[in-house]
Amino acid sequence: MTAQARQTNAPAPADMAILVEDLHKSFGALEVLKGVSLSARKGDVVAIIGGSGSGKSTLLRCINFLETPTSGRITVAGEEIAMRRDGSPADRRQIERIRTRLGMVFQAFNLWTHRTLLENVIEVPVHVLKTPRAEAIARARILLERVGLADKADTFPAFLSGGQQQRAAIARALAVDPSAMLFDEPTSALDPELVGEVLTVIRDLAAEGRTMLLVTHEMKFAREVASHVVYLFEGQIEEQGPPDQLFGAPQSARLKQFLQTVG
Amino acid sequence: MTGWRAMLQPHRLFLMALFAGLVIWCALSLRWDWLPEYGPLALQGLWRTIWILAVTTILGFALAVPLGLAQAIGPWYLSAPARAFCTVIRGTPLLLQIWLLYYGLGSLFPQFPWIRGSELWPYLRQAWPYAVLALTLSYAGYEGEVMRGAFASVNKGQLEAARAFGMPRLTMFRRIWLPQAIRNVLPTLGGETILQLKATPLVATITVIEIYSVSSRVRSDTFIVYEPLLLLALVYMIIAGIIALAFKKIEDRVPDRPRQR
Repeated sequence: MTAQARQTNAPAPADMAILVEDLHKSFGALEVLKGVSLSARKGDVVAIIGGSGSGKSTLLRCINFLETPTSGRITVAGEEIAMRRDGSPADRRQIERIRTRLGMVFQAFNLWTHRTLLENVIEVPVHVLKTPRAEAIARARILLERVGLADKADTFPAFLSGGQQQRAAIARALAVDPSAMLFDEPTSALDPELVGEVLTVIRDLAAEGRTMLLVTHEMKFAREVASHVVYLFEGQIEEQGPPDQLFGAPQSARLKQFLQTVG
Repeated sequence: MTGWRAMLQPHRLFLMALFAGLVIWCALSLRWDWLPEYGPLALQGLWRTIWILAVTTILGFALAVPLGLAQAIGPWYLSAPARAFCTVIRGTPLLLQIWLLYYGLGSLFPQFPWIRGSELWPYLRQAWPYAVLALTLSYAGYEGEVMRGAFASVNKGQLEAARAFGMPRLTMFRRIWLPQAIRNVLPTLGGETILQLKATPLVATITVIEIYSVSSRVRSDTFIVYEPLLLLALVYMIIAGIIALAFKKIEDRVPDRPRQR
């Protein structure tokens, strides 16, 4: 054990939901993340914005190890993920356990198409967390009701609109009672008229104090719901701060230009 | 309602009448007097055809899953033998495989006293184990190739979702990957099972008495040629129809896209 093994200035506070320290990720010779540090306390809504190729999705996917980081440290709900030298997870069980605490919502919904909405929502509670089936079903019905899909419980995903599928995917993520939710561009694959219904659900979750990391292209929405906004440029955090400051008075020239092109 | 009305269109009525006439003509002017005598044997043969089909497709599919998986994601020392097996099975006639097993293995076994003395010997000296083995390996070979494609075709996003929720690999395979893979190739599997049904008469060449060999028996005993063959064709068509219907039912239970009407 050397003194350099832990470089953090202070131990992680108890209410820290997600802590990312000096995260690097390369795909071959291409370095996508060049040392990103990020933290979210319980109840924080952190919006991650940036141009395409800025590494924002990769950053999100590294947190639950869908992508294996090259180096860095990741702590979820106070538990640091054990990594080997090359960044690969040292303990598969630990990764699986931590993943069950992170409800992820994908750009392409990724509902399991061979199961009904209800079955999608109870799948992880019943078959991973070993919740009694009846209990899981009762909870799933409440969640589907919440996202406005109570009457679609027995429908297969293929019969639903993109907005409905994404709301079901949010219910599926809520079913594990996550300590933090990861949204990977949840509205990017939706027709414009369906974006609103999904944002409404996310807004409600933010209002009730859910911890969320949100990669998004919806700047207005990010400004409205986020407690903290991070602007990523070429794999590094270019600027971050409260939304009003970041959107209202951006400091960096790149962010100013980015906000002009997307705004 | 509309289904019934559609049946009553003139051209359909005409075709139905034609078919009914054909059946009546067959019943009245062809010879069916051999039926009572050979009926019980035919039923035995039918039963044998059905269980051989059922056992070999089930065992064959159970082998096809690892064969397909090995080819789709296995390391080279698993995927290479699996690919070789599928290539050999698919590249040689089934009749040849049946004969190689029956006349080859079947004549090799008696040379070893410990096999002759074993508990299995009463089975190994009969023909049906070789028939079942050959048909099983054949189905496994073809379906192994089908399952390779099936595993590769499953939507990566859905597997990623399973991973993202902390699903252990075996659970993911059992709950998401395998069901989706099978769902994707159900129509193919249905067709292949019907092909397997039509491959079963080949085992008659190694003295297994199934429904086809009963018809041959009738022909050689009584010199009645067409009637047993007609009945045989009807029997195969009915079984094939039942298989097709069964697969259709399973497909409808898990609709992966809105059905077109």
